[in-house]
Amino acid sequence: MSQDTKHYYLPGASLLPLTASITLFLLASGLVMHMNHVGPGNYVLIAGFISLAYLLYSWFGEVIKESVSHFYNKQVDKSFRWGMGWFIFSEVMFFFGFFGALFYTRNVSVPWLGDAKLLWPNFVATWPTAGPAATEALKPMAAWGLPAINTLILLVSGATLTYAHWGLMKNNRKQIILGLILTIALGVIFLYLQAHEYAEAEFTIKSGIYGATFYMLTGFHGLHVTMGAIMLAVILFRVLKGHFDSHNHFGFEAVAWYWHFVDVVWLALFIFVYWL
Amino acid sequence: MSTTTAAHDHHGHDHHGHPTGIMRWVASTNHKDIGTMYLWFSLFMFMFAGAMAMGIRAELFQPGLQFVEPEQFNRLTTLHGLIMIFGAIMPAFVGFANWMVPLMIGAPDMAFPRLNNMSFWAMIPAALLLIASIFVPGGAVAGGWTMYAPLSIQGGISTDMSILALHILGVSSIVGSINIITTIFNMRAPGMTLMKMPLFVWTWLITAYLLIAAMPVLAGALTMLITDRHFGTSFFDAAGGGDPVLFQHVFWFFGHPEVYIMILPAFGIISTIIPTFARKPLFGYASMVYATAAIAALSFIVWAHHMFTTGMPVAGQLFFMYSTMLISIPTGVKVFNWIATMWRGSMTFETPMLFSVAVVFLFTIGGFSGLVCAILPVDIQVQDTYYVVAHFHYVLFSGAAMSIMGGVYYWLPKWTGHMYDETLGKWHFWLTTIAFNVTFFPMHFTGLAGMPRRIPDYSLQFAEFNMISSLGAFALGLSQLLFIYVVVKCIKGGAKASASPWDGAHGLEWTVPSPAPFHTFETPPTVK
Repeated sequence: MSQDTKHYYLPGASLLPLTASITLFLLASGLVMHMNHVGPGNYVLIAGFISLAYLLYSWFGEVIKESVSHFYNKQVDKSFRWGMGWFIFSEVMFFFGFFGALFYTRNVSVPWLGDAKLLWPNFVATWPTAGPAATEALKPMAAWGLPAINTLILLVSGATLTYAHWGLMKNNRKQIILGLILTIALGVIFLYLQAHEYAEAEFTIKSGIYGATFYMLTGFHGLHVTMGAIMLAVILFRVLKGHFDSHNHFGFEAVAWYWHFVDVVWLALFIFVYWL
Repeated sequence: MSTTTAAHDHHGHDHHGHPTGIMRWVASTNHKDIGTMYLWFSLFMFMFAGAMAMGIRAELFQPGLQFVEPEQFNRLTTLHGLIMIFGAIMPAFVGFANWMVPLMIGAPDMAFPRLNNMSFWAMIPAALLLIASIFVPGGAVAGGWTMYAPLSIQGGISTDMSILALHILGVSSIVGSINIITTIFNMRAPGMTLMKMPLFVWTWLITAYLLIAAMPVLAGALTMLITDRHFGTSFFDAAGGGDPVLFQHVFWFFGHPEVYIMILPAFGIISTIIPTFARKPLFGYASMVYATAAIAALSFIVWAHHMFTTGMPVAGQLFFMYSTMLISIPTGVKVFNWIATMWRGSMTFETPMLFSVAVVFLFTIGGFSGLVCAILPVDIQVQDTYYVVAHFHYVLFSGAAMSIMGGVYYWLPKWTGHMYDETLGKWHFWLTTIAFNVTFFPMHFTGLAGMPRRIPDYSLQFAEFNMISSLGAFALGLSQLLFIYVVVKCIKGGAKASASPWDGAHGLEWTVPSPAPFHTFETPPTVK
């Protein structure tokens, strides 16, 4: 099927959207059943994740196939840029909601709880806190141990990714591959250290508002690093297959944007969750 | 505003066959078919949630408990709100965007046709979850569409189903708005500069930005609800250092932009219809664009006016009061521009124009009652009364829903190739408008007199007004059956519609035949 690139590429009929719809239904209904301990929740949830993996594989596979078949012209390339850019913006807003919750509790509602003497007259507003009903003292995460090392790791991974990008611009395959492998390795080390930190932590997600905001923010960030690392691995695979050249590599750039975004979120996390 | 020179060509390269039967819809990558599915989905949900409203009004016909238990009443009001907002109004506007934006800017389709179909089909599992939640043990969600914590922390399994449904609808909206933004920025025909775009396209562009900024924040709020419910977090629990009011802040940070998500595309439709039937260009096009952007920007700094009575420092209350009042300036610009467009126009009053004029008039009433609610000391009196119910139905029904109806009549000839039945359309308009006012105008009085919303019973002095409201509501509900009849009749047949059936209509959508062919503008037109 050839496509003249004067025209914007319009895909033909596709069952991918319906697959996405079924996937969402399995994931949502599975999660509902799992959380409420009714019905075959876990099985539905597992089916949902398998369906999700299949969906992502086949959808991105389709797009990659169309891309290497040169169906896409400059205008389509620009559409992908707009799309990815605003997708990342929506992710920024997602994290903004949780950061907003953190700022609100730290600056507004916890001080109020300290001032209100009605229910918990002995509660002194401090941060971090596990709340007035907590029975044991909270041992928060120190910033200048693993978290600082993790900050360094993510910052270096941003640099190695840019190194790979420079290699791509110069059509230097060795440099691209080395840069990508280093970036993925740093991402995996970051995730390992993060898991280690979780295992060693002396508080849980149930440790009041500190535990809740800590695990919600770092948890969703870790999920994004995981996705970013998988995306980088796909890009490495595509580099090895020779999909990119110095002019045509938006797939690489999109993942790089995403990786840098995850990086910036971490910096905000390090400052406001761990440090200050 | 913009004229086209080159007629688009149809010899086009048919690089893919059109699937027929069910596959045409399920596997669609065509913006018109997807738009049609959105509109049918919306109409179904509109009637479904409308039937719930009938249940509410039947219960409120007389004081005392007649038909439903109080718990059932709460479920009806909650699902009525959720489904009308997320299932009826929003999908209808997305349907319009799908159909009209590519036609108006001379694009061959949306930028991402497959994602476009995903946005639609994602709504089906969400609708299934919401509707199925009626039948689970404990019944559907009953804590109000706003799902305030801590009540929503205590709900049963149906609360989880609704939360997940909203999560899915959020995904659908975010993907859809990325698609619309990309389409508008990247797919315009040569010569279609930003300031030549039809106002409907502008309002949708800005709406898409509202969606993309607000929906992820809702996702955050819903996620915190889920973890508070099932994973032991204490975001909304003061015992753990959290705060139930936090939920309201995060929710309304989404919720107020959401209100404008449901009205800005309506403004776009009105701004398209009024110039057509006044046979004059839109007055103050640029100021309309800027006013829309100003409303959108302000929508992010007014959210706490929904929470004047839930506790906040006076400085905060004053800030949110004044910022809310500020919105009446760009909104006023719009209303005056519509009136100035009609001023000394050669007006005719076909059904779409009747709806538009009614929207200008009735939405303005809703705007004024909104201004009343914005005044802090007054709001403390009217919070959670029927005055608020009257206010948001004047903006959401006679603003959003009636614009949708006007838009349907306006573009039906383009969609179906037939003219709708003008007489029946006018009947539908007058029945709807009169019944709507009979239903909701008395609520201003009952609300000011102190009748609380979301309560299945009321004290005896409200009996007359409630009976009037209920009679109006039944008439309003029945009138919509006429709407369905007119639409179906128009699809089945009727006078042939020319490419441009309206006298004063301008824009690229009127340069293609009626009904619009499956593929349009495969070679972009040139706009001067």
